[in-house]
Amino acid sequence: MIEFVQDNEERIFQALDQDVGKHPVEAYRDEVGVVAKSAKLSLSCVEKWMAPRKGDLPLVFFPASAQVMPEPFGVVLIMGSWNFPISLSLDPLIAAISAGNAVVLKPSELSPTCSSFLAENIPKYLDSKSIKVIEGGIDVCEQLLQQKWDKIFFTGSQRVGRIVMTAAAQHLTPVTLELGGKSPAIMDSSSNPTNMKVIAKRIVGAKWGSCSGQACIAIDYLLVEERFASDLIDLLAKTIKQFYGQNPIESKSLCKIVNKNNFKRLLDLLKDPLVEASVVYGGSVDEEKMYIEPTILLNPPLDSQIMTEEIFGPLLPIITLDDIYESIDFISSRPKPLAIYAFTRDEKFKKQILSRTSSGSVTFNDTLLQFLCDSLPFGGVGQSGFGRYHGKYSFDTFSHEKAILQRGFFPELEPRYPPWNSFKLHFIKLAYAFNYIGLILLLLGLKK
Amino acid sequence: MRSLCVEPFQNFSVVDTGARRTLTYCSPWKTNHKHEAVLFPPPSRPIRKSLCICLSSSSKLPVMMEEEKKTFDANEAALLVKELNESFRTGKTKSYEWRVSQLKSIEKMVVEREKDICEALYKDLSKPEFEAFVSEIAMVKSSCKEALKELKHWMKPEKAKTSMATYPSSAEIVSEPLGAVLVISTWNYPFALSVKPVIGAITAGNATVLKPSEIAPATSSLLSKLFEEYLDRSAVRVVEGDVPQTTALLEQKWDKIFYTGSPRVGRIIMTAAAKHLTPVVLELGGKCPAVIDSDVDLQVTARRIVAGKWQANNGQACISVDYIITTKDFAPKLIDALRKGIEECFGTDPMESKDISRIVSSNHFSRLQSLMDEYKVYNKIVVGGQRNQKELKIAPTIFLDVPGDSQLMQEEIFGPLLPIITVENVKDSIDLINSKPKPLAAYLFTNNDKLKNYFVQSVSSGGMAINDTVLHIVRSPNY
Repeated sequence: MIEFVQDNEERIFQALDQDVGKHPVEAYRDEVGVVAKSAKLSLSCVEKWMAPRKGDLPLVFFPASAQVMPEPFGVVLIMGSWNFPISLSLDPLIAAISAGNAVVLKPSELSPTCSSFLAENIPKYLDSKSIKVIEGGIDVCEQLLQQKWDKIFFTGSQRVGRIVMTAAAQHLTPVTLELGGKSPAIMDSSSNPTNMKVIAKRIVGAKWGSCSGQACIAIDYLLVEERFASDLIDLLAKTIKQFYGQNPIESKSLCKIVNKNNFKRLLDLLKDPLVEASVVYGGSVDEEKMYIEPTILLNPPLDSQIMTEEIFGPLLPIITLDDIYESIDFISSRPKPLAIYAFTRDEKFKKQILSRTSSGSVTFNDTLLQFLCDSLPFGGVGQSGFGRYHGKYSFDTFSHEKAILQRGFFPELEPRYPPWNSFKLHFIKLAYAFNYIGLILLLLGLKK
Repeated sequence: MRSLCVEPFQNFSVVDTGARRTLTYCSPWKTNHKHEAVLFPPPSRPIRKSLCICLSSSSKLPVMMEEEKKTFDANEAALLVKELNESFRTGKTKSYEWRVSQLKSIEKMVVEREKDICEALYKDLSKPEFEAFVSEIAMVKSSCKEALKELKHWMKPEKAKTSMATYPSSAEIVSEPLGAVLVISTWNYPFALSVKPVIGAITAGNATVLKPSEIAPATSSLLSKLFEEYLDRSAVRVVEGDVPQTTALLEQKWDKIFYTGSPRVGRIIMTAAAKHLTPVVLELGGKCPAVIDSDVDLQVTARRIVAGKWQANNGQACISVDYIITTKDFAPKLIDALRKGIEECFGTDPMESKDISRIVSSNHFSRLQSLMDEYKVYNKIVVGGQRNQKELKIAPTIFLDVPGDSQLMQEEIFGPLLPIITVENVKDSIDLINSKPKPLAAYLFTNNDKLKNYFVQSVSSGGMAINDTVLHIVRSPNY
């Protein structure tokens, strides 16, 4: 796998450019680099991860030993996504392999160049008898989902997540669903003006810098107090120009929208007149090249589609509040998101966010980096999914932990067996309470 | 006015007279006293079989009052979930104090009502008091103790390492409850398999609904009563009932569903959960094999198999030994030792023994009977075979070399029937096990270390025990 990404870096960049207009630097940062890092980590840790863990046993079991041993599930199905078509296919693949499984990978048909690149080249580098890549669309997915898998790992939308889980239920196949949701960013007033520039960069980077907002952990919308809104918008606009130039659609650093369906979907979000009226920056599109300019909206109606569905595109609504603490109720009254971002130095506010909202992750004063942290589990909760991976969690996600108890034949405890009497009941009660002195006294006839 | 609810199923007779139904109720305290209550539900709405007797403070005789109990339908279920979610949103269940108070109440409940619990288990399963204590009450007590001891530690955020890529930063993993969880439990250990998952849910700070199995009705109604009495009903509830009530519950959006039971119903539950993307835990079953090598201490082995089969709710347990694999040469010795072991534990006539549970229901009795009576199976009985339909008893029964495609070898037995399959070489047993679906537990009796290692590496199961049965689920307080 490491060789695969090293040898084919250029071709991967080309495929990503073709499918989503991804710049090589972004492509390395979010795809090639991630895969190489995962593979290296797994390689260095797999022996440690595979080792059985010993468990403590109470004296009453003596002589015995207890272990938990990870073992592969068997044959697993991985369904990749189109927005990070290389890393969201290969990262789970690395995980499944390190746990010892045979794998079928179904890359997304919405990123066809990457899909066929993987289908053509994976067999050249990996054991083609145990690891297969199957291409195709809905009909192929349906056929695959009818089979009995030992595990299914799915990255994608909630709608398809339901279909995958329903199909898996027929075979009692465990699933991991990496879905999405509306990941909010909160900004309070505690950051000083010099930090504001950094905050603006991090927001712009997290919205448009990763596949042009088409990412599960991209900032979906922003919550800020009314009095800071216009300064923030100005700062964001400045930062956008800094990153993408005067004409972002011409910028090579911005991804395009993946296909016509999604392009139309995003334009439809802006069609609502009240939403259209709330656009304060950007808004222009290039239908032929499928680019949408970074667009900021201020207070679109809360019941509009742009505020009820996951945007998954370069449109950023800003919702203003009287008091930033209101953001907590705002977020917790909506489905649980994959990520929450909060720019604040108010420790009390941080505690409230942690205890009164629920999300896959919370990141304070930055964005997206939780994805790079291998010691943190990456996954959702509620509507944003269940199951997790990255680092050792990847290995665990594709492993079954088997419990093993080893015993000898001697000594034999008679009170284990019927016919029952009150002595045996007393014995077991003492044994369960780990009351060894009581047991000894009972056996010596000194305890009633 | 004080009111008292009684649910004397056996004492009811319902006479349907068209639009009105007359209910005659025989009071268990006043055997000669008959009361008549007139109920006015329209025929299409079923009524719950319970009656509320209202005692007016000024009258000596109980005054019967009709009480129309609403069916627990999807609307009721939706209201219940709403109420629990509101309770959860107040943050009450998240607090350490609330969790501790509920855990302590459960502990108190088990200690104070041990007798009631044993009685209910005896009513539902003829479960001997000893078994009830060891496999149900003690398990629940130790779960509580462990949770109370470890809770502070479990609730603490876990620090995580960060790398150069995210410098400077700090990272931690914070455990939080999921919200409103549904626990659907089963009938064979109806107390432990209901209360233990509820303990788990409460320990994690969730609001919880328990749906006990209707196949163990005495325990189900006792749980309903006990939870009302001991636990915080704004966040922990019991819903009794069968398929319609379960269906109504499954239509709702839960934050987690924990199910113990059969694979067939497991599929239904997961499919229902998929609609709301609800994560599920499915504790199912399977055919748990025990492989017996010829180098073992036969008497100890036989005793432990008896313990792991007939002492585990008479084979009606997810981890009880389902079938045995041993070598052709060793089988006769093993059968003799098992015969002796059964006699030592249950006497010369196990049908008379008080130390063995009965079959839970006539449905399951018929199911087991048809497994026993299948062509080419019934003539393979080498021990036992007696049955008593009225008392729902089947003797510990051993079969030798039934056909591999018989129902007995295809389905999970969940009863006191034990097939022994012989192979040429004990190593062949592993191929046989691997040709079947993965079991919940696998057992191996041997002194051969190489075989132990081979078994552990090659057989995939939920858990396994070498040279013993069932014990691998007993947890250490330090684990």
